[in-house]
Amino acid sequence: MSQGAMKEAAQEGDRRLPSLDVLFGMHRRMVGIRQFEERVRTDYLARRMPGFTHSYVGEEAVAVGGCAALEPGDLITSTHRGHGHAIAKGVGFPAMMAELYGKLPGACAGRGGSMHIADFSLGMLGANGIVGGGFGLAAGAALAAQFLGNRDLTLCFFGDGAINKGQFHESINFTALRRLPVIFLCENNQFAQYTAIERTTAGALADRGTPFGVPGAEVDGNDVLAVYQAVRTAADRARRGEGPSLIIANTYRFYGHNVGEAVPYRSEADVAERRKRDPIPRYEAWLQAEGLIDAAGCAGVWEEVTREVDESVAFALAAADPDPATAMDDLYASTRAAWSTQ
Amino acid sequence: MPYLSMGQATNDAMRVAMRLDPTIIVMGLDIRWGGSFGQFRGLYDEFGERVIDMPISEALIVGAAAGAASRGLRTVVSMSFVEFSMGAMDELVNQAAKLRYMFGGQAKVPMVLRCADGTIRSAAAQHSESFEAIFAHVPGLKVVAPSNAYDAKGLLIAAIADDNPVIYLENKKIQPTKAEVPEGLYEVPLGKAAIRREGSDVTIVAYSIQAVNAAQAADELAKEGISAEVIDLRTIVPLDIDTVLKSVAKTKRAVVAHEAWTFGGFGAEVAAQIQEALFSELKAPVMRVGARHSHIPFAPALERAIVPATEEIVAAARRAVALSGQTMQRAS
Ligand SMILES: Cc1ncc(C[n+]2csc(CCOP(=O)(O)OP(=O)(O)O)c2C)c(N)n1
Repeated sequence: MSQGAMKEAAQEGDRRLPSLDVLFGMHRRMVGIRQFEERVRTDYLARRMPGFTHSYVGEEAVAVGGCAALEPGDLITSTHRGHGHAIAKGVGFPAMMAELYGKLPGACAGRGGSMHIADFSLGMLGANGIVGGGFGLAAGAALAAQFLGNRDLTLCFFGDGAINKGQFHESINFTALRRLPVIFLCENNQFAQYTAIERTTAGALADRGTPFGVPGAEVDGNDVLAVYQAVRTAADRARRGEGPSLIIANTYRFYGHNVGEAVPYRSEADVAERRKRDPIPRYEAWLQAEGLIDAAGCAGVWEEVTREVDESVAFALAAADPDPATAMDDLYASTRAAWSTQ
Repeated sequence: MPYLSMGQATNDAMRVAMRLDPTIIVMGLDIRWGGSFGQFRGLYDEFGERVIDMPISEALIVGAAAGAASRGLRTVVSMSFVEFSMGAMDELVNQAAKLRYMFGGQAKVPMVLRCADGTIRSAAAQHSESFEAIFAHVPGLKVVAPSNAYDAKGLLIAAIADDNPVIYLENKKIQPTKAEVPEGLYEVPLGKAAIRREGSDVTIVAYSIQAVNAAQAADELAKEGISAEVIDLRTIVPLDIDTVLKSVAKTKRAVVAHEAWTFGGFGAEVAAQIQEALFSELKAPVMRVGARHSHIPFAPALERAIVPATEEIVAAARRAVALSGQTMQRAS
């Protein structure tokens, strides 16, 4: 399937074939998300970690394929299930792990935690604990790009549950009207919390852009190359000034909605079946079939990444807590416009 | 010096700021046609594409304004009637107000939400209310409520220059009132109250339309030999409590007045802070004047039965003075 997709892409021109750097980078990032999330799960279940957290295991190909198709200046908005997006956009394990442990060197200095990781310097405009919270922010970020005359586009990640928010329709209308550079990338993992999509959602998701003249594509979200290509196509369209696209990436989360909860709403057999379509072994099989890497090479990546994750935990545990005296800091910016008389 | 209405003064403020700063954009319904009260009239002619007609999608308007502000623009949003902002409370409270704090200070959100509030000509329940207490309750927002044209311009420019989300509340009934307004750039700092009138017997703390009514109330009270000091807060968040406490330490009595509901209203916050700081010095409990806890009815006779005006402020001040008189009599 991936090979087919690659050939198709090749026919459309080399432009859409990722470079070797990108191909290897996608592998490393997918493994990175997997190992980071498995470690977070372990530490969370051992009650070493505060708060609660949503696991991205099984959905790695969507974040990684999507972010790999972006240029460095491009932006993303994320969701409550945002660790994968942050890692895919380049946020490092130490800053992420320290944030999850509520420590000072965390990405948000311990203010945000799992559901609010952001790194504006990398164009990661924040995970969001409000389902659908990214729609308006993405539209606004793209509006700013249009006004400031830069080429930055915004990739808006959201779930199949979020597509039923009014904000989705409000922002797709507005971004289509103004041809803003946004890509709406829906991670259809088949469930919103505990409820299967069939019970809440009418019609075909990919058709939801049609009334607004926004093209909708459906891709195998467990195929990192397919996601990469779909986002590249949408990015090209956005940069040509033709406006937003909607992509539905069909995928599956291997664990429950929250780490640590029971999962009575689907059977073990279903999950086992879905695990056979695990995006990482699939991609590794492709890389090996193309002769780009061998089994030992793959194992080396897992080893290195696992060590980096372990180091990030050691870093987080050794890091300082934020000073309670700073708890009220950063509520308000003290800066003003340069022209202010004050 | 030009003699301008509040609407004209804020229109002037928009032009002054937008000429200085090409990153300011304006978003709202009917905005090219001047907005519901003419506060934006003519801006499209001068600033073109920076004045954006928005769909009736309040959540998107506020969400996009916050997103654009976090990416380097200054956004001024017209919500028209303040009631319409309720459709955007998620974006306002959960995004705009929180982005900076929850991301550890990474984001700046310089946006102004202009909302018309208060009663006017029997606009009834969905076009007459005042929600400043709801906004003031949320950390991360600033809340401004001018009472005259001079402040309206200076506060709006200061709000636009501020790097935080600011709710700018324009009371409908006082929009036509005129004052001398300097041309060009000046700012009235957020968080600085104004003493409108000095007095010795009672401090009336108010803002927006009730600051206007408080000045009239002080005239009435003077006829009865009661000397009222009038403080116009101008900004609700940040609250200039120092100016209030200094005055009440002198007068020993306070009345807090607003048009919004008394119950759970912003006056309760001011009263509590006065009592926490000055309990032993007060000669009377801090009085509150506000709307009764009902929706605003349509019929003029009913509307006046819910919404307070000058008379209620006068009555509250009299009561504060009389109460302390009784206390003194009993003590002697
Ligand atoms: C506005 C809002 N409503 C409800 C919730 C509770 N909630 C958190 S995640 C979630 C399900 C979201 O489903 P989906 O968008 O498909 O994302 P997924 O969890 O599947 O990644 C819900 C209902 C919330 N966080 N925000």
